Amino acid sequence: MKNVQNQKRANKSLPFFFRDEFRVSLIIILISVALLITTFTFDIVPPILNRGIQPATFPKALLVLIIVMTLLIYYLATKNPWKVEKKLPRSFFLTLLSFVIFIVVSKTLDFFLAISALSIFVSYCWGEKRLFYLLLVGIIFPIIVFIFFETILGLRFPPGIITNIYYS
Amino acid sequence: MDNLLLMLAPLFSSKLLLVLFFGTLFGLILGVLPGLGPTTGGALILPFTMTLDPLSAIVLLTSIYCAGTYGGAITAVLINTPGTPAAAATCLDGYPLAQKGEAGRALGMATVSSTVGGIFSVVILVFFAPILAQLAYEFGQPEYFALAIFGLTMLASIGEGSPIKNLIAGAFGILISTVGKDFMTSIDRFTFGINELTEGIGFIPVVVGLFAMSEMLTQSTLINQIFNRIALKAIKLPSKEDYKKTWKTILRSSGIGSFIGVLPAEGGTVASLIGYSEAKRFSKNPEEFGKGSIEGIAGAEAANNAATGGAMVPTLALGIPGSATTAVILTGLIIHGVRPGPDLFREQPDFLYGIFGAMLIANILFFIFGFFGAKIFARITLVPNKILWPMIFAVSVCGTYSLNQSIIDVWIMLFFGVLGFFMRRYGFSVVPVIIGLILGELVEGTLRQSLVIFDGNWLMFFTRPIALTFFILSLIALAFPLIRSRKFKKKL
Repeated sequence: MKNVQNQKRANKSLPFFFRDEFRVSLIIILISVALLITTFTFDIVPPILNRGIQPATFPKALLVLIIVMTLLIYYLATKNPWKVEKKLPRSFFLTLLSFVIFIVVSKTLDFFLAISALSIFVSYCWGEKRLFYLLLVGIIFPIIVFIFFETILGLRFPPGIITNIYYS
Repeated sequence: MDNLLLMLAPLFSSKLLLVLFFGTLFGLILGVLPGLGPTTGGALILPFTMTLDPLSAIVLLTSIYCAGTYGGAITAVLINTPGTPAAAATCLDGYPLAQKGEAGRALGMATVSSTVGGIFSVVILVFFAPILAQLAYEFGQPEYFALAIFGLTMLASIGEGSPIKNLIAGAFGILISTVGKDFMTSIDRFTFGINELTEGIGFIPVVVGLFAMSEMLTQSTLINQIFNRIALKAIKLPSKEDYKKTWKTILRSSGIGSFIGVLPAEGGTVASLIGYSEAKRFSKNPEEFGKGSIEGIAGAEAANNAATGGAMVPTLALGIPGSATTAVILTGLIIHGVRPGPDLFREQPDFLYGIFGAMLIANILFFIFGFFGAKIFARITLVPNKILWPMIFAVSVCGTYSLNQSIIDVWIMLFFGVLGFFMRRYGFSVVPVIIGLILGELVEGTLRQSLVIFDGNWLMFFTRPIALTFFILSLIALAFPLIRSRKFKKKL
């Protein structure tokens, strides 16, 4: 309890633009405003075809609601600040990077290769240095999953350098 | 009598029994693994259910739900980490009792109370779901709209964390459901010129992203965490004294859990916390709570498993999910062409009572598996995260891809994984997003159709008694946290 209070005090001592509640609220509001502007580009249904409300009205109402409630949580947070979250460790950013690698590899090279690359990369970054276990998570297990999905569901994975060899 | 016979049907079908067996086993494994649970597991297994007939598919999902909810208790007692959020209250007394060398007794009580709670809730389901379905015949579009709003406000009100943050998350979930072609006018909304988005954002990528991938990112921040694992020799059935001490608590928590489950909210998590606090309030020895009270374990575990049957009531009778996992089950029903609601009760009683019977058997099965196999299931927690999570990633990616065979779905899953991580970090629950996404089409569709009926006059909503009742209940639900916090301040 005391620890939480200390964390809250620490957050209150920061300038407002460094506080989590400000940054989180700002991001939500900026994205909501951008989406709200987008709703004005939706096609308008001619009155003769339109039954009830326009397709843009409902999302507009939701976005306004989100903006109003975000302002409310920011107002409440000025009275009762959020606790300061611990800094994210290096392993988190490496895992995040592995997601990016996955997207790039699955798009350009091969879906299966992307799964293998991510599995080995994450396992290694999280502290696994033994080769057998790296091969287990990066090659043996993905092959089992691949064959399982392929035979049971009759799934066809997207083309790529490895899957093309398998399917040919 | 006929319905009772229909309930026993799964017992006479070797295929259904096999599905129940594997579902319960898989559910237990998912429940034991911290970070995974019946919601993620159900979402991942959903593509596989396509190879099954509708009844077997839903039996598989419901058995995962029942067993997964119980499985969380094993990890809660032995490593002080809830396997599922619903087992969080079990840690409070389960782990201290295990530290005293009584892990077997703690798990025995958790197993018995979970089974009793689960069976109690199936009885509630059998009696109340048909009644609610009958009532639903009175519902038109405005009533369904008001009911969906009530569901979302309840979720915000009694769900975990800040009610306003829950409302934002729920509204965001509904917003996601508007992506794609508008179902009334076929006009593109939020597609940004991406063809794949015209079909909308699928449920499975969002669920797997928000639950499994965000948990993977959370685990990446905890790789140096060391768990103090307590060894388990064998599960012990509760003694006569324990039964005497806890039978009232088990029954009370079963009732509480079933009731909370029926409300469209967070199901087991909230139920177990209320069940635990009520057990403490009624106990003759409240000072023992938090130090290894057997009543505390019974109160939390009976309530969270009782919520499973309760949450199935609105799911089957109204098509409104009572929890995140029942949202997955609802998706399973829709995928298999089964439309929940009153007509289901009239036209397919064999299907429905088959599910009820399967849930009953699943509760008995997890008792047997838990009692004889808890020691083995406890060993699953020994699999290091650095091996486990890359494997979960491979299954998640293939599972998400398999439903529509779309790589965009996989990217959406990763996006929601990152989003879910930051949502949880800053106190936004991800459950309302899931419920909002599944209710989104219902909310918008019923609103727009109601306005057509009312000729655009919004005030006509308040002329319908059932709709008005739900709106008043929604206002009460929104005011409830305010009243609760004022009462709490007064107490201080």
